[in-house]
Amino acid sequence: MTSSKQALAQPAPSADAAPGSKPGAAGGAHGRGTPPPGSSSWRSRLYRWDMKASPYAFIAPFFIIFGAFGLIPLLYTAWYSLHDVQLASLDHQTWAGLDNYKNLWSSDFFWNALKNTFTIGLISTVPQLLMAIAIAHLLNYRLRGSTVWRVVMLTPYATSVAAATLVFTLLYSWDGGMINWLLHFVGVDPINWRESDWGSQFAVSSIVIWRWTGYNALIYLAAMQAIPTDLYESAALDGANRWQQFRHVTIPMLRPTILFTVVVSTIGATQLFGEPLLFGGLSGSKGGSGHQFQTLGLYMYDQGWIIGNLGKASAIAWSMFLILLIVAVINLLLTRRLRKSQ
Amino acid sequence: MTTSDLTLPQAEEKVKGDGGAGTDGRGSRRRVLGAGKQLHAGPVTYVVLVVFAMVSLAPLLWTAIAASRNDQRLAQTPPPLWFGGNLFKNMQAAWDQAGLGTAMLNSTIVAGTITIGTVVFSTLAGFAFAKLRFRFSSTLLLLTIGTMMIPPQLAVVPLYLWMSDLHWANHLPTVILPTLVTAFGTFFMRQYLVQALPTELIEAARVDGANSLRVVWHVVFPAARPAMAVLGLLTFVMAWNDFLWPIIALNQQNPTVQVALNSLGTGYVPDQAVIMAGALLGTLPLLIAFLLFGKQIVGGIMNGAIKG
Repeated sequence: MTSSKQALAQPAPSADAAPGSKPGAAGGAHGRGTPPPGSSSWRSRLYRWDMKASPYAFIAPFFIIFGAFGLIPLLYTAWYSLHDVQLASLDHQTWAGLDNYKNLWSSDFFWNALKNTFTIGLISTVPQLLMAIAIAHLLNYRLRGSTVWRVVMLTPYATSVAAATLVFTLLYSWDGGMINWLLHFVGVDPINWRESDWGSQFAVSSIVIWRWTGYNALIYLAAMQAIPTDLYESAALDGANRWQQFRHVTIPMLRPTILFTVVVSTIGATQLFGEPLLFGGLSGSKGGSGHQFQTLGLYMYDQGWIIGNLGKASAIAWSMFLILLIVAVINLLLTRRLRKSQ
Repeated sequence: MTTSDLTLPQAEEKVKGDGGAGTDGRGSRRRVLGAGKQLHAGPVTYVVLVVFAMVSLAPLLWTAIAASRNDQRLAQTPPPLWFGGNLFKNMQAAWDQAGLGTAMLNSTIVAGTITIGTVVFSTLAGFAFAKLRFRFSSTLLLLTIGTMMIPPQLAVVPLYLWMSDLHWANHLPTVILPTLVTAFGTFFMRQYLVQALPTELIEAARVDGANSLRVVWHVVFPAARPAMAVLGLLTFVMAWNDFLWPIIALNQQNPTVQVALNSLGTGYVPDQAVIMAGALLGTLPLLIAFLLFGKQIVGGIMNGAIKG
C-alpha cells in the first residue's frame, strides 16, 4: 500500500527542492510539497499562506461556535447567578451577590435534588454497566447471526426519549399497568411506581437502563475483541476455566474501557432531564408530587422556567458544574491509584 | 485486525509448544479450547440473549399494541397483549392533538441541519488534528476533548436571555446553532482519519499543486466517507432526541417532536392510547433509519470505541 502511494508521489516536479516532502516523512507544514515550478511569486506566497492558515481555518468552526454558544454563556451564567433575574421582567437585573447561592444551598429542595440525582445515577449506571459487560461477553462468543443480535440490543438506543418514557410510564401505571400485573403473578402487591420514593426512582432508572445498556454492551464488545487471543490461550494452558479467564483476563484488560463508560455515564446521569420530566406527567418539573424524583436538571428547569427565577437557575447550573468538577477530580485520583496498583 | 489476532497467537504457541505434541497451529488450537472468542455459543447463551432481546424489543412492540387499542381497554387488567383496530384512528388523533406534522418537519430540519453541520465541521477539524501540523495542536485537541465535560445546562440561561432579546425565541435556528458542532464528532473523526487517511495521499495532492480546499474535497472527504456516515447517523439520533434546549427555546406552537410529545403526555385529559400512538409516530423515523442502517451504526459505535 505504501509503495503505490510512493509511486504516486514520485513524479513530484520539485522533489529535490524540498527534501522534507519525502512521502511518509510527515515533515513540518512547509515541508509538504512545494508549489509547482513556474508559478508566480504571489501564487507561491498564497500557497504558503494557505498551508499555514488552513489548519486553523479547519478547526475554527468548532471553536467559534463552541465559544459563542458554550463558553461565553458559561461565564455569563456565572454572572447571572450573582443577579436577580426574573423571567417576568427580563430587563430588570439587579446585583444580588451570593444571595442566589445562599438561598439555594439553604433550600431542602436543592439537597433533595442532589440526593436524587446521585441515587438515580447510581441505580441506573451500576446495573446498566454490569449487564452491558454480561451481554458483551455473550455477544463475544461465535454466534449465529451475530449482527442481528447486536442490532436488536441497540434498538432501544434508537427510540426517542419521549416515546420511551411515555411507554414506560404506562407500563408502570398504578392500576392496569403491565408491570404491576406481572408482579401480581409472582405474588407481589401492586407498587405505586409514581408516588413512592424508591419505586419512582427505580422506574426512572429503568428507562435509562433500557435505553443505554445495549450501547454500552457494544463498546465493551469492541474492547473485548481487541484483547489478544494468546492471553486467553495461555490462561487456558495454566488451567483457568472460563469464569477465571473472564475474571482475570477480560476484566483487567477492559479496565480503561470500563473507566471510560463510567465517566460518560456519570456525566449523563448528572444531566438527567427528559426521563424524569415526562415520567412525572403534570408534576413533571417538580419530579413528582413529593419531589421524589426531582433531579438537578429538573430542579433548574423548574426554578428557571416554571417558577421564573433565572438567577437561581443560573446558580443551580453553576453548582452542578462545581459538583461535576469535584467528581472529575475524584475520578482522576482514582485512576491514578488504579494505575499505580497495577 | 481479526486475522492478525488469529495468526499471532498460533505462532507464539509454536514457540511455547510443549513436547512437540501440537506443533502445528491447529493442534495447539484444539488443546486450548477454553480460549475466549473461539468458542461457539452454547444453548444457555442463546437463551439468555433471547431474554435480553425480548426485553429490548417488548416495550416497542407493546407501544404498537397499546396504540392500536382504546383508552378504556388500556385501563383494564390484564393489559391487552394483542393488537386492536384503532391504530390509524389513534395516530390521526395524536397527529392532530400534538401537532405532530409541524413537529416532525421541525425535527427533520433541526436534526438534518445539525447532522450536516456536525459532520462537515467535525471532518474538517478532525482532519486538521489528525494530519496537519500547527502550533498548539495538541493543546487545542485536549481543550476540545475537555469541553465534553461541560453540561449543556450551563449555557441555557444566557442563551435564552439573548434569544429573547433578539426575538429569536421559537425559531428553529435558535435550536440549531448551539448544537452545530460537537467535541465528540471532532474527536471521532480525528481517530478515524489518523488511520484511514494515508499521509502520502495528501502529500501527493499537495505536490500536484492542490490547495487545502481541494485536498479536503478530493482526498479527505472521500477517505472519511464511512466515518462521516456513521457520525451522521449518531448525530441525527442525538439531535432528534435532544430535550432540554428545545423545550426552553421553542413553544407549543412550533415544537420539535420531543417537545410535542411532552405536551401530549402532560395533557389534562390524557387518552393513553393516543399518547402511545404519538410515541410510536415520534420514534418511527429513528426506527426506520435504524432498520436501514443498524449494521453501520453498530459498526460505528464499536469502531469508535476501539480507537478511542
